[in-house]
Parts: sequence; structure tokens; C-alpha cells
Amino acid sequence: MTTVEHSADLAKAGANITTRWQGAMFLARHYPLGAAGAIILIIFVLTAIFAGSLSPFDPTLTNSGASLARPGSAHWLGADFMGRDVFSRIVGGSQISLAVGLGSIVLGCLVGVPIGLLSGYFGGWLDLIVQRVIDMMQSLPLLVTALVMAAALGPSLRNTIIAIAIPLVPSISRIVRSNTLALKEMPFIEAARAIGLSETWIAIRHVLPNTLAPLIVLVTAQFGSAILVEASLSFLGLGVPEPYPSWGRMLSESAAEYMRAAPWLVVFPGLAISLVVFGANLLGDALRDMLDPRLRR
Amino acid sequence: MRLQPDQQTGPGDRAAGEALSLSRAAPVLEVNALKTYFFTRSGAVKAVDGVSFALARGETLAIVGESGCGKSVTALSLMRLIPDPPGRIVGGSIRLDNVDILSLDDDEMRAMRGRDISMIFQEPMTSLNPVMTIGRQIGEVLKLHQTLTNSELRKKVVALLSLVRIPEPAQRAREYPHQLSGGMRQRVMIAIALACNPKVLIADEPTTALDVTVQAQILELIVDLQKKLGTAVILITHDLGLVAQTAQRVIVMYAGRKVEEAAVGALFAGPQHQYTRGLMASLPRLGLLRGETASTGRLQEIPGMVPPLTNLPAGCAFAPRCPRADERCAAENPPYEEKTAGHWAACWHPGPSNGRGHD
Amino acid sequence: MTDALVHAQAGDSGIAEPVLVVDALKKHFPVKRRFFGGASEQVRAVDGVSFSIGEGETLGLVGESGCGKSTVGRAILRLIEPTAGSIRVAGHDITRLSNRAMRPFRRELQIIFQDPFSSLNPRMTVGDIVGEPLHTHHLANGKACQARVAQLFDRVGLSRAQMNNYPHQFSGGQRQRIGIARALALNPRLIVCDEPVSALDVSIQAQVINLLMDLQRDLGLSYLFISHNLAVVEHISHRIAVMYLGRIVETADKATIFTRPGHPYTEALLSAIPVPDPTIRDTRPALQGDVPSPVHPPSGCHFHTRCPYAVARCKVDTPLLHEIAPGQHVACHLR
Repeated sequence: MTTVEHSADLAKAGANITTRWQGAMFLARHYPLGAAGAIILIIFVLTAIFAGSLSPFDPTLTNSGASLARPGSAHWLGADFMGRDVFSRIVGGSQISLAVGLGSIVLGCLVGVPIGLLSGYFGGWLDLIVQRVIDMMQSLPLLVTALVMAAALGPSLRNTIIAIAIPLVPSISRIVRSNTLALKEMPFIEAARAIGLSETWIAIRHVLPNTLAPLIVLVTAQFGSAILVEASLSFLGLGVPEPYPSWGRMLSESAAEYMRAAPWLVVFPGLAISLVVFGANLLGDALRDMLDPRLRR
Repeated sequence: MRLQPDQQTGPGDRAAGEALSLSRAAPVLEVNALKTYFFTRSGAVKAVDGVSFALARGETLAIVGESGCGKSVTALSLMRLIPDPPGRIVGGSIRLDNVDILSLDDDEMRAMRGRDISMIFQEPMTSLNPVMTIGRQIGEVLKLHQTLTNSELRKKVVALLSLVRIPEPAQRAREYPHQLSGGMRQRVMIAIALACNPKVLIADEPTTALDVTVQAQILELIVDLQKKLGTAVILITHDLGLVAQTAQRVIVMYAGRKVEEAAVGALFAGPQHQYTRGLMASLPRLGLLRGETASTGRLQEIPGMVPPLTNLPAGCAFAPRCPRADERCAAENPPYEEKTAGHWAACWHPGPSNGRGHD
Repeated sequence: MTDALVHAQAGDSGIAEPVLVVDALKKHFPVKRRFFGGASEQVRAVDGVSFSIGEGETLGLVGESGCGKSTVGRAILRLIEPTAGSIRVAGHDITRLSNRAMRPFRRELQIIFQDPFSSLNPRMTVGDIVGEPLHTHHLANGKACQARVAQLFDRVGLSRAQMNNYPHQFSGGQRQRIGIARALALNPRLIVCDEPVSALDVSIQAQVINLLMDLQRDLGLSYLFISHNLAVVEHISHRIAVMYLGRIVETADKATIFTRPGHPYTEALLSAIPVPDPTIRDTRPALQGDVPSPVHPPSGCHFHTRCPYAVARCKVDTPLLHEIAPGQHVACHLR
């Protein structure tokens, strides 16, 4: 409709944006929920980066004297059954969650994006075979993969990241592939051929940048999901092992026995997980709304 | 009214005469100061900003303009199909056969759609449900507004398909939209729209997506059916050729407002508003078809672009692009008034620059 | 089927070597039925098309949907691989050249597209879009490239200051100008214009048509102007070829086509144009029926199913283009 076209033009005309800060404020005003999600994630990332300075105690330091201490002036969020400070463990755990979240996504993209791009752009037999391999990857249940990896290679941070990245590869490659399929028919790709650019160049420099927008939306949503999955794996003992303070393992160690006696052991890690996932989802939704109308005419 | 030297009194003049006599009878549709705005984050888009017109029974009125002028939004407002949010009819009145459409509730309005007023759209493929047969889709509108037995329904569907000149109508009724060509689908749309013999048919760019030869068939059909059924037609288009060949009266819209209105012959013989003049002059003349010499040289351009509808200039909306605009045009919005008998325009400097009649 | 006669009239402007000569061009698309080969049906999108274009000349290629005109345009640029026939650019046969060998010829032939919205990469600045051809062919770099892009912007009537903006910040007409600037960057001899104004508003169409004509006059460009809009074609073309279901049914110069059309389909097309003059109302009945499917075209003369003059022979024999008047070739048994 013509009015949508007009309002898109107007959004630029009326907004009068000159600096990046003004741009950010403009976006924040129009997407308040997304801004809230972004703030949550920024706090999360900063916590992870400055974990060392922020924790009053060493997260792995045990102190039988402080066992099951209530939240108070000594231990702000209490202490667990081994006397480890919950607050420090939560702050420390943020590093783990960030590492897993980012690591699995980066790994997933490094593998998934080229697969999706090449498969979609060149099509034919390559596409057929690659898609069947992707189907096989997708059929591997996450827990079984994590279990096998933990059993065969021993539980570790690295293996957890790999185990979580594996189911991400099919989703990422699918989204890149379907966008590539749509894009390669577009006139601006024909124009690139008419200029004499090679197919590889076109795939990387013309098609790929245009698949990134939906990918960013997917990836932001998957970030929260990756953290949740790590928490589940660690809860089951398959994820990040001692001594790393994982939020998930904090939950698993305390949930059964200490729910009533020391609820702070369950509430705070649970809250941390929920907040980060929630923030990632808010940001992902806002990004999708923001990028969508621009992709349309 | 100037005539081409080697034409006798043509259908154009007869149409003008008809238009005048029709307009004296009670109009079937009266629109008064219609205002439809879209409320977006960047402000209110004044898509239709105070448009009034009347439609006589059996008349063909064309609303002409380019994209963004508000003609489609006007049509959707008449049908009360404006998506809310972000759009809303914020002012004015619409009376269909003396019924105030804007005061009806949803159920009452739904009863009117299809029965008293209906619409056909530009893209026949997306306007038809791909998983329902043609017969069922036509039947739907009949069932909604009339009580018929199943066999009566089937007979009526076949009759409608023959009315729109679809060959082998009984067979076609069992087919799906993808089995038909673009021209056939548009005929099906027309059949659905006319199934209950509405008083007003709105055709929004009905032939833009069709080939030229098919376009000619569809237009012939619409004109023919209109005569048979006495339906009033509002033809919305950007194609002045279509307007010249089918309409009796024409309204020209620009940036959400009416800028000119006249009988079709008068409009083409002596356009008053500078936008209308610019539009006509920028069309390739098809001189060879008119018995003139081949067209060469430049087409007359209208420089610039339509202003954004949230930020219309203070005076005449066309002033920034008008070759004859002066300070008054930029400051004051010209009033919409009758320049010659039956010919209205909103322009401070109407007509040709040298006062001679021909465009 | 070589129509030598058609080529003989190339370059009415009097220049000896035509810029483009297309001979018996065919493009068939298989309609896949079974996975493991097997005879599948063919869509004969282009079924033996021949024409030539001289320097500074515009050949209008008209027809309705399914006639194959867009396919012809793309095949000429080797964006689609021809199934048969030959394409010669300034005397060189480019039909079967490899990608590498094609590169220098990319500088001679360019294309502008119908849709101003999807013909520009949304993620590149318009300056980069117009400058990319220059980089690719190592014609200019850095400052020199910027200067040339600025020059091109001036040429097409855009402001230099907007070179760093993105496509979505421009209107449809402006984007079409950017597409034209991109096509001009390599100094081509011929530009295939695939419905370049069909998606634009009427008042903007005039701007773009004027621009194309000015460029032709100033730079000696040739155009293959593909369109279904006969009014625009009448204005901009020197000669016109009419296509129907993959074949050319008539070629002639502009005046002849419009005043003495030879083929019944051309007549039908002309009478179907709504003339923007209410005093001229054509009372001839419109052509009946729909355009047949290119997968199952009618036998013999493709047009016989809708032709008001068809006789028995038309169903059986395919008519070839033959000259019925100086410069006018028609494929019809009855003319």
C-alpha cells in the first residue's frame, strides 16, 4: 500500500537523525521492549567481562563455616552447602553462560552459514546431498549427543559448546539457504552478473550480506536458548563440570534437597537464567520487527 | 467543447450529455468531506483529506491519480475496509442510497458489502482463494445475501459465469483459480462482485495486471454489464487512456485531495488544473494512431515528486512542482470552485498559459 | 532459419556494422516431470528470433505476457543460456563464450530492469553500486572511481551529495536513474531496457523516457526496448518488432507499424490500446480468447486460434517472416 511506502520515507525525513546516539535513542523510544532486552543483555555481558572485579569471593572457595548462610551482609545472596558465595558464583556463572551462548552461536554460524549459502546458491546435486546431511544432523537429539560426547570425551566447557552448536547448524543453514534461494532470483543479482562478476563473488558480496538480517534475528533468539540448554545439560551433569560455576549446575545441586531449607540457592540462579533468556527474546523480537519493514518494499 | 476536425459528434459528447442528465436524478452515492487518516509513528498520514463527490445511478465515474494520491484509500473507505489501526475515517459522511454508511455497525456493514456495494481489485490471483473452486466462491456471496436452494444456487452461478462471458461455464465452476488465466480470473471477480446486483461497483485498477488485449476485453465487459444491470461504477486508475474510453465523469486527485472534476470530454479538451495538464502532456501521444505525425522530441515532464502526506505544504500541494506557481499558490490553498459549467478545479492559475483552448 | 533479409535492413542510420545481430535465437525450458531424465515437456519461450540493431538505434520489442521478450533480452546478455542460434556483438559471436571470454563483452552490453526496488542491492550504497562495474573491470579506483561515479550521477540527473545513501532512501524514479547510471558506467554500446518504466508513475515515466532519449542522442547508444506499453514504445523506438508466443510476427519501422500494420496480431494490439482521447472511441470488437500457454502452443501459426482471418492453412504451416513492403517483414500466410 502506498501509505506504508510513504511512512517509511517519512520515518527518515521526520526523524532528523545525525549521530549514532540520536539513532539509538530514536530506536529506544520506538522499541521500548527491545531496548529493555538490550539493556539486560548489556548488563549481563558487562558482568561477565568484569566478573573478577565484581565478585567479593572466589566462586570456588569453600567455607564450611558459612554453609547455607542466609542472604545478608556477609554473603549478599547467601551461601550454598559448601559455603561458596552465591553472588560470586552467579557472577562467575555469567562468564560460563556467555561463553557457551556466544561460542555455540559463533561455531554454529561458522559451519551453518557457508553450508546454507553454497547449498542455496549453487543448488543441484550439491544442494541435495548437503540438505540430507543437514537432515541427519537435525535428527540427532541434543541430549543424546551431549551424553555421548560427555561419555566419550569427558564433560568440559569445550564439549558443551560443541554439543549445543550441533543442533544450531541446521537452523542457521536453513534460514540462510531459504533467503539465498529467494535472493538469487532478484534483478540486482542478474545485474551483478551482467557486470561480469564471478559467481563466487556474487554469492559472498551480494547474497550473503542480505541474508544477515534474518540471521541476526534467529541468532539473538538462539542465544537465550543456548544458555537455557547449557543450564539443562549442566543440571543433568552432562554439561560444564566442576569447578566452573554454571547456573544450571547450581540449580541441580540445590533443587532437590534445599528447596525449602535454603530457597535462595534455587531462586537466584533460576532468576539469572530467566532474566538473560527473557532479555534475549525481547531483543530478538524487537530486531525482527525493526528489520522486517525495511526488507519489504 | 472542441472536436477533432475529422470526427463527428462522438461518444464523448453523448457521454457528457448523459452525465449531466444523470446527475440531476438522486445520486446513488454521496460522499461528503471524507477524511481518512493513517496514524503512524511518524505522524498522521492524510491519505484522503476532505473529498466529496456524488455518483448517479448507472454512471461511470473515474478517479484518476498517481500512487499516493488517495484514490485506493477512498475506495476502501467507501467499503469501510480501512485497517484500523493504523487507519481511520476521521471525518465526513458517506451515504449509499440515503443510508449513512459510517453509522452502521459491523454486522450491518457486512450485509451491505457484496449486496449493495462491491469491489474488484487489481490482482485477480491473490483476490481469489486458491483452495476453493470458482463455483464455491461465487456461491459464497450468493448464499450470504440471498436465500436459494442448492440447485438454484448452481444455476445462478452458471448464469453469472456466462454473463461474464466465460466459455463452458458449468465446467469452469468446478475448476480452481490456478487453472484459469489472468483475464478469466478477473471475470470471475466481476461475477462475484455483481452476483447480487449491487448499486455500486468499485473497480480498483482492474486491468493493470492484465495484458493489453485482455484489458480491452475486460473493459468492454464492464461497460456492457453496466448498461445491462444499471450498476454505477467507480473506476480507479492511473491510466488516462482507460478513463477516456470508459468514463463519463472524471475526478483527478493529488496528495489526498480533489484537484479537478469534469465530464470526460470537457476534461480532455480543456484541463484546468496544472497537474492535470502536466499529466496529460507527459503521456506519449500515440500521434500515429491519431493520424498525426510520429512523436519525437521530449515528453513534457512534471519535475519533482509527490510531497509526503504527513508534511503537506501550506498552500497548494502541487505548488512545488507547478510551472506557474507563485507566492500566492505557496501560501494559500486554492478553493475548489466551478471554473466553467460542470467543470470544477482548485487552482489559482487554471487553464493554458496563453488562454487558448487546446491542450 | 536465417532471415537474411531482416539483417539487411539493420542500421537504418546508415552505419555499416550493426551493433547487435541475433540469428535464429531459441530458448527452451524443460518442464521437469521425472527425476531421472526422461522426455520432459519444453516451454518454447523463444522459438527462432532474428533481428539486428544499428548504432544509435532503438528497436522496440513488444508483446504480451508469455511472448518471450524478456527472455530474449536476458539471453542476449547471456544471463540465460540460449538453446540454439547466435548472438553477434559488433561482429563477434558471443553465443558460446566462457565466462572469462565474455568479460570484455560485458562492457558492450548492459541492462536496466523493470523493478526499481529489487534491482539495487539494498545493502550497498548507491555510489558503490554504480562504481562496482568500474572496479570489476579495473577501469578506475579510489578517487578516480569516485569522480567517474559523480559524473554519472550528474548525467542521470541525481545529486552527487546522495552518493553515500542507500537505495531505500530514494524514490522509484530515482532508483531507476541509479540503475541507468550503473548501466552507463562501462560505456556500453547497447542497453537492453526491460520494461524500464512500467513500474513507475506516469509523471515519472516521462522523466525517465526523456533521460533515455537524451542519453541516446548524446552517447550514440542503441537500445533494445522491451515493453508491453505501445504508447511508450511508439515514442522512443525507431523500429519495432512484435512478438507472439516466442516468435517475431512482424518487424517494421515505427510509422509503418502504427499506420499500416501487416500482421493481424499487430492490428489487434493497436486497436486494444486505450487512446487518451474520449472523442476517439474504437468500436471494433476486442480480440477474443486468452494468450495460449507456451507449453502447448497452437500448431502452425501460433496466432491462428485467435485470428479473425485464419484459414485452414494457418493451422498447419508455420509462416516465415517475409518482406511485404520495403523494411516491413510479416509472418503471415495471408499478407
